[in-house]
Amino acid sequence: MNIVLFALIAISAGSGPLFMIMPSRYPQLSRYLALLVASTLFALSLVAFFVYQFDGGSGLRYELQWDWISNIGFFGEDGITFHLGLDGIGAPLVLLNGLVIFAGVFVSWNITHRVKDYFVLLFLLVSGVYGVFLSHDLFFLFFWYEVAVLPMYLLIAVWGSSTNFGTFTRTKEYGAMKLTLFLVGGSVLIFIAMMATFVEAGLGTFDLPALSEVAYDPTFQKTFFPFYMIGFGVLAGMWPLHTWSPDGHVAAPTAVSMLHAGVLMKLGAFGILRVGITLFPEGAEFWAPVMMTLGVAGALYGAIAAMTQTDFKYMVGYSSVSHMGFVLMGLATLSDIGVTGAVLQMFAHGAMTALMFTSVGAVYDQAHTRDMTKFGGIAKKMPRHSAFWAIAGLSSIGLPGLAGFVAEFHIFVGTFQSGYEWAGVLGIIAAAISATYILRMLALAYFGPLNEKWEGLKEMRIGEQVAAATLISFLLFMGLWPAPFVDRISDTVSAIQAIG
Amino acid sequence: MEELNFEWALLTPEYILVAWAGAIVLLSLFSDRIGKVQLGYLAAAGALVATLVSLIWIDNSTDFAGIIDINDYTTMFRVFFGLIGVFACLASARYVNDRLLHPGEYYALILLAVVGANGMAASREILTAYISLELLSFSLYVLVSFAKFEPRSNEGGLKYMLLGAFSSAIFLYGVGFIYGVTGSTHYAAIGEALSGDTSDISMAMFFGLSLMIGGLGFKVAAVPFHLWTPDAYEGAPLPITAFVAAISKAAGFAFFLKLFTQAFGPLVDDWRYFIAALAVATMVLGNLVAIQQHNIKRLLAYSSIGQVGYLLIGIAALSPEAGSALVLHLVGYVITNVAAFVCVIVFYNWTGKEEIADFAGLAERAPFLALSLTIALFSLSGMPLFAGFVTKFILFQAAAEADLLWLAGVGVTMSFVSLYYYLVIIRQMYVGKPESLGRFPTPWPEYGAIALLIGGVFFVGLYPAPVFELVDDSTASIFTTFVENAGVVSQR
Repeated sequence: MNIVLFALIAISAGSGPLFMIMPSRYPQLSRYLALLVASTLFALSLVAFFVYQFDGGSGLRYELQWDWISNIGFFGEDGITFHLGLDGIGAPLVLLNGLVIFAGVFVSWNITHRVKDYFVLLFLLVSGVYGVFLSHDLFFLFFWYEVAVLPMYLLIAVWGSSTNFGTFTRTKEYGAMKLTLFLVGGSVLIFIAMMATFVEAGLGTFDLPALSEVAYDPTFQKTFFPFYMIGFGVLAGMWPLHTWSPDGHVAAPTAVSMLHAGVLMKLGAFGILRVGITLFPEGAEFWAPVMMTLGVAGALYGAIAAMTQTDFKYMVGYSSVSHMGFVLMGLATLSDIGVTGAVLQMFAHGAMTALMFTSVGAVYDQAHTRDMTKFGGIAKKMPRHSAFWAIAGLSSIGLPGLAGFVAEFHIFVGTFQSGYEWAGVLGIIAAAISATYILRMLALAYFGPLNEKWEGLKEMRIGEQVAAATLISFLLFMGLWPAPFVDRISDTVSAIQAIG
Repeated sequence: MEELNFEWALLTPEYILVAWAGAIVLLSLFSDRIGKVQLGYLAAAGALVATLVSLIWIDNSTDFAGIIDINDYTTMFRVFFGLIGVFACLASARYVNDRLLHPGEYYALILLAVVGANGMAASREILTAYISLELLSFSLYVLVSFAKFEPRSNEGGLKYMLLGAFSSAIFLYGVGFIYGVTGSTHYAAIGEALSGDTSDISMAMFFGLSLMIGGLGFKVAAVPFHLWTPDAYEGAPLPITAFVAAISKAAGFAFFLKLFTQAFGPLVDDWRYFIAALAVATMVLGNLVAIQQHNIKRLLAYSSIGQVGYLLIGIAALSPEAGSALVLHLVGYVITNVAAFVCVIVFYNWTGKEEIADFAGLAERAPFLALSLTIALFSLSGMPLFAGFVTKFILFQAAAEADLLWLAGVGVTMSFVSLYYYLVIIRQMYVGKPESLGRFPTPWPEYGAIALLIGGVFFVGLYPAPVFELVDDSTASIFTTFVENAGVVSQR
């Protein structure tokens, strides 16, 4: 089983050379290879998830630890080890990553420019994400975190699209640069905090389980927790450092937006939990009110901003900011139920956002515009597509039976339980606003009389339908039977020292 | 008095280099049958032979006449400099053939520069090190101005030489003070004089030390002694720019580290913050000014200044661990930087252009070249999978271990800044529209060199343990007598 974990990283990163030796003249070959790789990853992710859920036991399992640097310089016996393992927080997120890349390859079918390079970078991104979710060594966690950021610039700048706002244009290069600089800027803080943690612990190791057993000086914890919180928070779309997210997601090609909003933003929240909260319980407690405030601000701000957008993708981008705000709220509760909700929300939002971006991509490819006011009644032309959109939207609103409800319910209960009533109220208001923007969008573009101009629209491609159906099946799975998710997440979460 | 060891055979690699240099000059003078390109490969072979021969002294610890150490530190740097020479000759072959006269002298000077660099790493006495430094510097002065019909090359060479001579004088002035205070120019003797009871050391010592730091700062291009760098880099023939960037920094730091460990190690707490301030100035200025550049050579010049700032962190954090971290970063940086330069040289050989805007659409025209340059630039900015990430990480960690977390923080922040200007080049290559669609292939010797270097970048980036261990073992041999002392000023 532990070899499966290794295979997830090795296959995704190792597929790069395979793509490079594919003949450029037959891009279709590269696409099928991509489908093969993605299907393998998806299958292995499913195996990892289900075996973990039903294997009994909890905590960190299937560990794999290889020496990377030991006994050199200031590194001790376990200086830096390639330490993989799966726990209840990692398992659903690994599944999410497999799910989104599987859907992403179908959506990428119509990429025609430099197909090989595109897939090399896409799978490099995926390997970074797997690496973060599976690593239990602080150095490697950061290593993979940066690997995930590395290909983003090229993916957006080469394959992305610019947006014309009439008076000004947001170029794809702008979006790519903004995103890259924000994320790497955040990792500066993480880097500094890591070095400080290593020195303070004085163990000569970056092994996370070992580091988490150290009782750090409270002042030290309070000083360096914000480094992790803000550093990872940038990637989690923490308000007010979220501005890269709408611009970056809009500029990116569809599959990259899916991966980025769907999975990559989770790395940020995951990092806060796995590193910040786990290592620095007292620091987390001290800064939790701030994190809660920022989370609520993000949830409200994102929802209100989404309400005013006319561009589909900007709307989805701001809704991501809003939903990631809920995740931060869940983390800030530092209670079992709230943090469990945060992890559930990571999964729910990941699948839902991926579905939304799939749908946006399907319209944009045909219409070459994303302005929702220019559409009208296109549900008549694209019935399945509209149904998918509606399901994604309803999950985002938090309709019972879909994943979003389970997650948000946990978060709000946790928020009230931990004494943040004001935050709970504001959060529920933000969730209500999300109904407004989703329904507004559906009303404007999909229902009502058909706009003659779009007489020629066709249903989304079969591949996109497969992608959407797969994503929806998991939204329903978690919505209708959350037990496998909740049990293991809650087992793992309650073992964290800071969470009581 | 102790009997001095005059085992002349210890210096065989240097004899080989000098003899080879002479032979190359003669060959190019008297034989018309050897082409200019072949001459380059021949010179590369010479550097390679010297490199291999120097491996004889692995695990050795002896010295020549009490002034030159032959230990693992020396061997490591002999190999390192020798390989830099090999790659410099390989990368020059086509460039020299197309654009320069007097190939014999050109390659001979490269080999002589390697001899000088070897001496700097091997010396255990300041004046020997100084003479080696001058051998290296004079070779480089000539090489920088080698394109003698180009005004920029002459300007760069002249600037380099005038400022270089000035800084040498400053350095020697400093040595004078040190000799006056301690009565010796041997590292070990200076170190001994400065440890133990240090209450009677006069401030002249610190004056001399500051002068020496200034002189050395010039050689490695630390701010504010960096002003020659951009002009010399821009004016020099491209392969020489690469060579200067690699060898003058590597040799400078090999000398810097050894001198400051063995001779001035006892006073570390007194000069630590001085070096730290230099490091901050160098990192900040180098990286911020690099943003403004639109010539690739000037950009790489400023980025290399920034790299010097990171390396100075290793000196400021002086300890056996920081020493090996510094050398590790030096190795990673040189491999990466040479890879980047070889790519630029191939590009220049085809197009004769060196503005960043000229790189537009390179990914369409030469995919391998564009990919390699991208990897090298990402590595320079410290992104993972590549050497730069790991070596910087370990170097900054060494600073954090020495209670210099703030300094490491500045380093991290500045490498974040550097990402921006590297991305600008990458954007040109992948997003920019090419002027013409003609593809140009990479000739196979350059192809091989780039593939080797990029392989090295990945190797150090993905599995640094063997290199790190090697560097750590070798660097340990200069730290054998190292004891940390509370420092003079703080004791008073």
